[in-house]
Amino acid sequence: MPELTLASNGGQVLTAEDTANSPLAIRGMTVSYGQKPVVFSVDATFVDGSMTAIIGPNGAGKSTMLKAALGILRPLSGSVTVYGKPLDEQRARIAYVPQRASVDWDFPTTVLDVVLMGMARELGLLRLISGGHKSRARECLSRVGMEEFANRQIGQLSGGQQQRVFLARALAQGADLYLLDEPFAGVDAATEKAIIAVLKKLKADGKTVVSVHHDLATVPEYFDRVLLLNTRKMAEGTVKEAFTSENLQAAYGGRLATAQIDQVLAG
Amino acid sequence: MIWQALTLQLGYNATLVAIGAMLLGVSAGVTGTFLFLRKRALVSDAISHATLPGVGLAFIVMVAFGGDGRNLAGLLIGSAATAALGLASVQWLTRRTRLAEDSAIGAVLSVFFGFGIVLLTVIQTMQSGRQAGLDGLLLGSTAGMLFSDAVLIAVGGALTLALTLLLRRPMIMVAFDPEFAAAQGMNTRAVDFATMALVMAVTVVGLKIVGLILIVALLIIPPVTARFWTDNTARVWQLSGVIGGVSGFIGAAISASAPALPTGPIIVLTSFTLFALSLFFAPNRGVLAAILRHLRFQRRVHMRQGLLALAQGQPIFERYTMRILAREGLARADGVATDDGRARAAKALLDEKRWEILRGMADHESTAALYDGLRQIETVVTPDQLAEIDARIAAPQGVPA
Repeated sequence: MPELTLASNGGQVLTAEDTANSPLAIRGMTVSYGQKPVVFSVDATFVDGSMTAIIGPNGAGKSTMLKAALGILRPLSGSVTVYGKPLDEQRARIAYVPQRASVDWDFPTTVLDVVLMGMARELGLLRLISGGHKSRARECLSRVGMEEFANRQIGQLSGGQQQRVFLARALAQGADLYLLDEPFAGVDAATEKAIIAVLKKLKADGKTVVSVHHDLATVPEYFDRVLLLNTRKMAEGTVKEAFTSENLQAAYGGRLATAQIDQVLAG
Repeated sequence: MIWQALTLQLGYNATLVAIGAMLLGVSAGVTGTFLFLRKRALVSDAISHATLPGVGLAFIVMVAFGGDGRNLAGLLIGSAATAALGLASVQWLTRRTRLAEDSAIGAVLSVFFGFGIVLLTVIQTMQSGRQAGLDGLLLGSTAGMLFSDAVLIAVGGALTLALTLLLRRPMIMVAFDPEFAAAQGMNTRAVDFATMALVMAVTVVGLKIVGLILIVALLIIPPVTARFWTDNTARVWQLSGVIGGVSGFIGAAISASAPALPTGPIIVLTSFTLFALSLFFAPNRGVLAAILRHLRFQRRVHMRQGLLALAQGQPIFERYTMRILAREGLARADGVATDDGRARAAKALLDEKRWEILRGMADHESTAALYDGLRQIETVVTPDQLAEIDARIAAPQGVPA
């Protein structure tokens, strides 16, 4: 029988060491809605201290993979380790920024209260919210440029401001690994700048950032690693290694004209 | 009479009922808030209707063992058992079948209630057990409430309230953003289950006073009423508890003041009165405030358009615009501007021109995006910037300087 290697694995064999050293290692993950797998047998090894973009066409399973990695969705198969340990032992080290559209913004709550939700684990059931917690929450708001909105009802915010509040809530957790689901979707230019500055600061502090991303043009500028997904993993590596026209062609198929790819890579 | 009732001077039973109803109202108002925030208010309807077969079964069992069929504690335990079964049925139908939650609620509610009515009818024909008054649990009946009943209600209500307050943070998190809560490692299904269990407890505790059909009102009306007044989660449940308590107390007092007024329905109508007042008169979210806001806004739009039309010598076709201008002394009835009107119109036109210039300035893109036809340009640019804009108006484009 001839030796066959799958391009998506790049011929590499994953070792136990890879898993132990990674902030987030996904192994053999399959997630399905009904009988149709949206994510099939994906291995992903995110690198400590890096900023990784998860890219792929609509419906490629990007958000689904992220949710399954966090245990929000139950995968059909596969394992997830966080800094070499099972997910549930490491919850405090992971912060999640969901899609803005996933909540009801008419909910009766203020910006500050939403940020305080990021401290739910340390507050537990009984501990009262102290001035210290509040000033930490305010500090997280100022990191995203939203401190003056602390007492606003969340429904009064623009889309970009809502997204920044979600990021502040994740910052309040003081985590080491940040998972974001399309943080730049439908936000204004000022917000995009503010968010990317915060993420780059996190990276500079040695944190790991993983973000579902839809704008190919900004990938080389914002991220240092990419994971291309279309149900299967199509490629994984540094932007230079993996963000190539062959890989994009493979992941997006006919949906991305060759001219567009050249434009993205040139930019 | 009502004054005496409100000051607890109508005797032992009336006092017992009023205090019991108040405690129930507080605990239903607070617990109901979390159900309302989770947007699952109707589940409480299924839970409450599913208590009825439990009442019937408990009565039959207690009589069969030679006890008093109307022992309140026994009846409440029975009702809790079938309420839990009803709740589990709704959850199972929603999760395991293609049935949507509203259909599941409808099916469970009617089947359990129907079964309960059959049991009560059977009990009517039983020879023993003093069955009279059992149907009082449908709409509540407080006549002849025992001290032990009141204690049971007070303790049950207080316990539920305490547990609700203990679990408030997880319940709020799951209600606002279940995915984030799950990502934090919170067991969202367990939190939802706890919310439902607490609602069930309130329902069972409330059977005696408001009855199983109307308890839904005490769970839902107070939080909805409170929501009109505040945007803060803690304020909503606090205010909701107060509204529930006040409704319970006043409602019970009113019903005690006249012989033929049923307690449960009067409590519900009292809370509805508070709801109706809030619906109309609450600042910000109330109906009147919304209408006023709209009218004021419409007036500003017409005023602005009218001024711009005057400045450019265009005819004004809208009668409402004309009326506003005339009333403000800016134009005569025939559409000719007064001196005052001409000055204001000139300013409006100048501002519009300034916005136009601002839009053309590349480095003020985000400021120019604030344009909505009404915003005063002085509120978005500094005096220096304004001077810069005016300088550009003075030097028309296209003419070399």
